[in-house]
Amino acid sequence: MAKFIAAKIPEGPLEKKWQNYKDQAKLVSPNNRKKLEVIVIGTGLSGASAAASLAEMGYQVKSFCFQDSPRRAHSVAAQGGVNAMKNYKNDGDSVQRMFFDTLKGGDFRAREANTYRLAQCSAALIDQAVAQGVPFAREYSGYLSNRSFGGVQVSRTFYARGQTGQQLLLGAYQALLRQQAKGKVKIFNRHEMLELVCENNTAKGIITRNLVSGKIERHAAHAVVIASGGFGKIYYLSTLAMGCNASAIWRAHKKGALMANPSWTQFHPTSLPQSGTYQSKLTLMSESLRNDGRIWVPKNKKDARNPNEIPESDRDYYLERKYPSYGNLAPRDIASRAAKEQIDNGFGVGELKNAVYLDFAKAIKDLGKTTIQKRYGNLFDMYEKITGINAFKEPMKISPSAHFSMGGLWVDYDLQTSIAGLFAIGEANFSDHGANRLGANSLLQACVDGYYILPYTLQNYLATQIDKPKPVTHSQAFVDAEERVKTQLQTYLNTNGTKTPDEYHKELGKMLYDYCGLSRSRKGLTYVIKEIQKLREEFKTNLLVLGDTYQINSELEKAGRVADYFELAELMCLDALNREESCGAHFREEYQSDEGEAVRNDDDYAYTAAWEWTGNASQPELHKEKLVFKNVSLSTRSYK
Amino acid sequence: MKLTLKIWRQDGANTKGKMVDYPIDGIEGDMSFLEMLDVLNEELVAKGEEPVEFDHDCREGICGSCSLQINGEPHGPDRLITTCQLHMRSFNDGDTITIEPFRANAFPVIKDLIVDRTAFDRIQQAGGYVSVNTSGNTIDANSIPVNKHNADDSFNAATCIGCGACVAACKNASAMLFTSAKVSQYALLPQGRVEAVDRVQAMVRQMDEEGFGNCSNTGACELECPKGISLENIARMNREYLSANAKG
Ligand SMILES: Cc1cc2nc3c(=O)[nH]c(=O)nc-3n(C[C@H](O)[C@H](O)[C@H](O)COP(=O)(O)OP(=O)(O)OC[C@H]3O[C@@H](n4cnc5c(N)ncnc54)[C@H](O)[C@@H]3O)c2cc1C
Ligand code: SF4
Ligand code: FES
Repeated sequence: MAKFIAAKIPEGPLEKKWQNYKDQAKLVSPNNRKKLEVIVIGTGLSGASAAASLAEMGYQVKSFCFQDSPRRAHSVAAQGGVNAMKNYKNDGDSVQRMFFDTLKGGDFRAREANTYRLAQCSAALIDQAVAQGVPFAREYSGYLSNRSFGGVQVSRTFYARGQTGQQLLLGAYQALLRQQAKGKVKIFNRHEMLELVCENNTAKGIITRNLVSGKIERHAAHAVVIASGGFGKIYYLSTLAMGCNASAIWRAHKKGALMANPSWTQFHPTSLPQSGTYQSKLTLMSESLRNDGRIWVPKNKKDARNPNEIPESDRDYYLERKYPSYGNLAPRDIASRAAKEQIDNGFGVGELKNAVYLDFAKAIKDLGKTTIQKRYGNLFDMYEKITGINAFKEPMKISPSAHFSMGGLWVDYDLQTSIAGLFAIGEANFSDHGANRLGANSLLQACVDGYYILPYTLQNYLATQIDKPKPVTHSQAFVDAEERVKTQLQTYLNTNGTKTPDEYHKELGKMLYDYCGLSRSRKGLTYVIKEIQKLREEFKTNLLVLGDTYQINSELEKAGRVADYFELAELMCLDALNREESCGAHFREEYQSDEGEAVRNDDDYAYTAAWEWTGNASQPELHKEKLVFKNVSLSTRSYK
Repeated sequence: MKLTLKIWRQDGANTKGKMVDYPIDGIEGDMSFLEMLDVLNEELVAKGEEPVEFDHDCREGICGSCSLQINGEPHGPDRLITTCQLHMRSFNDGDTITIEPFRANAFPVIKDLIVDRTAFDRIQQAGGYVSVNTSGNTIDANSIPVNKHNADDSFNAATCIGCGACVAACKNASAMLFTSAKVSQYALLPQGRVEAVDRVQAMVRQMDEEGFGNCSNTGACELECPKGISLENIARMNREYLSANAKG
C-alpha cells in the first residue's frame, strides 16, 4: 500500500493562503541572518534569483554552477516570453483566470494552492524586472507590449523579442553579482555538485568537484537549495543544453528526497528534426510559427516528390482535419503526439522520414512576403543557417523534441523536499505545472520561486536553525560522502571498457523516446525496463573514460551524468507504468477515447506520485499526495 | 568531406601548448562545427588518445559558452553566428582548418581550447546593474514609459552574450565592445540613468585592471560579433565616460 504524504498547505480560502502564510512565517533578526549560510545549486532564473534575494536579506550565500559563468545557465535560451497577470490589455484577465488556465493546461494534476500563488505573484515580477532594466518589448506609446501564447484566450505574455529568457536571466545574474560585490554571495563557477550531505535526515551541505582542478570539495551550510533545472537531456536529443543534467536532484533523491511524477515530460512540437547520428541537440523553432504555418504530410507514404510539387489534393493537413476549431494551434502535447503518430505510421518526410512539413506558402500568398518576413524573418534566417534551406521557398521540416520536465523533486507548499533543510525550486521541482506546462509559465515559476516564495519559506526554516550547532565539514557524514564521490569517479576511470558515455547516452535516450516519450503502453514500458537494466549492467563493465580526475575531463563529467540517467530512466518508466490513465503529456495508449484522445481517470489517479529510493533502482516505493480540488470542477480538455 | 584539422593542444594553464594535426573523414555538410569536433573526439577516445576540450553548452548561439578562433577568425568565417551555429557546409572537401582558443592576456588558456573569461564577470560586477532590491515592491511597470527607439537600442545592446569574440578579434585585445554594450543598455533607459556616472567609471576602471588593451577604432570587434553589437555603443560609452569625468 502506498503511503500518503501531505503538502502542508496553509489554512484559509485559496486567495488568502499565501498572505496567511507570510503573516505567520517565522522571521530571523538581521543580526542572526549573517550567521546563517545557504548553498544554492544553480544560477538559472530560479537559482540566481534565490541567491540574490537571500543575500540581500543578509544571509551568507554560496552559489554554484557548472558553466564558466552564471550568466550561461540554460534559462538564457528561453525565447517566447513570460506570463504575468497585469491585465494591461483590459481583456478580462484576472488571477482567478490565470490560475484556472494553468490548472486546466496541466490537465488537473497540479496543486490548487501552488498554482494560485504562482498567478498571484506574477504581476510583481514584471514591475521588478522593469525596475532592473530588463528591456521588454514596448509599444510606440512607450508602454509595455503583450502577446498571447498557446492554450489561453488573453494576452498576458511579456517578451523581449525572441530572447526573453536571456534578458530575465541577465537581470537575475546582475542582481547576483551586485551581492557578490557586497561580499554577501560567493560564486563557484565550473563546479558540479556530486553529493548531498545529510545528518539525521537534515541537509547539511554538499560535495562538489572543481571542474578545472578536479578537486573534490566539501561545503557545509544551514540549508541547501537545489535549482539545477530540467533533465530533458536524458532523452539525449532535446532542446536542453549539453550540460543539463539530473545529477543534483538524483543524488538528493538517493539521500531520501522523493521524486514526483518523473515521467512527465513535455515534447515541443516545433523543433528541428534530427539530421544524422552525429546530432547533439535539437534546436527549438518558436511556437509562434504555428500562427501562420500549416502542418501537413503527404497522403501517400511513398510520395517522394519535392513538397512544392505535391498538389493540395495529395496533402493531409492532419491537425486541421482532427481539430477543426484549434487546427494548427492545438496545445503542445496534442500537436506533438499527432506528429509522432504520422511519423510512426510511415508518413514522415525528409531523408530520415522523421519530420512533418510546416508550410508558409498560403500565408505568404494571403499576407504577402513582407508581412511574413516581418513576423518571422529572424526565425527563417535561423532555419536557413542550420539546414541550408530557405523557408520562403520550401516548407520547413519540424519534429517533436523533449523540452521540459514537469516532474522533479517533490516539494511541499514551502518548496521544501522530504529532507529537512533541502529545498528545490525552478524546473528542478515538480510543483506548479501538473501534467503539461503552459507556454511562458516556467520562466515565471522559476522567478517566483526564487524571488518571492523561497525568501519567506526558507527563512521560516532557518529560524529553527539559529540555536543549532553550525554544520561543519569535518563531520563523519562529510568524510563518508567525499570518499563515496572519489571512489565513484575512480570506478569510471578504471572500468576501461570500449564504449564512451555519449554512446550509452544516445542508446538510452532512444529507448526512452520510443517507449517512455510521447506515448507509452504497458507492453512497451515492461519491455524497455528490461532493456534499460541490461544496458545499465553493460555500462558498469564496458564504459570507457580516459584521463584522470585532476584536471578538466569532460568525459568523466558525462560518465557521472549518464550513470544517474540510467537509474532515473527506470524510475520514469515505472512511474509511467503505474499511472493507468492518460493526462496531459502522459499518454497511455490503453487509455484513449475512440477518437484517440486522452482519457483521464480522476477517481483513481488524482494524485501526485512521489517515489522513494530504496537502494534498488528497480524497486522504488510509491507515496501519494492526494490532489484536492475545491475551487474548480474537473473538466475534460477539448480542443476539437 | 575529408579535412585536416590543426588544433591547439595545451595540457594546462602552466604548460606550453602546440598545434597538432588531425586528419578527419566522413564529415557531412549538415553537421555543426562542434558536432564535427564531437566526431573527432569519439575517434580519439577510441584510439586511446585524450579528447580535445572546448567550451560549449546551449549549442544554439545564446549562452556564449562556445568560442574558438577558426582559421584566424573568432566564431569562424560566417557572420552573425557563434561557433555552435556554424555548419560544415561552409567548408570544402580537402580544406585545412586551424582551430585555436580565443587569444588575449586577460583570457588565459585553461586547457586546449578552453579559456578563462571570468574577467567579463568582474567588469559586469563593477557596476553593470541597477541597484534595486528584488522584493518586487517597486512601482508599477507601466509607470516608467520608455521611448520605443531608446527601448529598441537598449535591447540591441543587451543582446550581448558575453562570448569574448570582440576581444579575440581585436589586435589590442580590447574589451570596449562588451563593456560599452552594458553601459549603453542602461544609459538608454530612465531606470539606468540614476547610477550612470558611477557605473561607467567603475566598469571602465575594472576593464583596465583586467589587462584588456585600448581601443584603436579598427572595428574588427563589430565585424566578428555574433550578435551584431554596434560600434555606436563604444562612442556612447566614450561620451558617458567623458561627461562622468567632467562631473568628477
Ligand atoms: C529552448 C527552450 C526554450 C524555452 N522557452 C521558454 C519560454 O519562452 N517561456 C517559458 O516560460 N519557459 C521556457 N522554457 C523553459 C524555461 O526556460 C526553464 O524551465 C527555466 O528557465 C528553468 O530555469 P531554472 O532556473 O530552473 O534552471 P536552469 O536555467 O536550467 O539553470 C540550471 C542551473 O543549475 C546548474 N546546475 C545543474 N546541475 C548542476 C550540478 N550538478 N552542479 C552544479 N550546478 C548545476 C547549472 O549550471 C545552471 O546554472 C524554455 C526552455 C528551453 C529549453
Ligand atoms: S559584444 Fe559581441 S563579441 Fe563581444 S562579448 Fe558581446 S556578443 Fe560577444
Ligand atoms: S554553445 Fe551556447 S552560444 Fe555556442
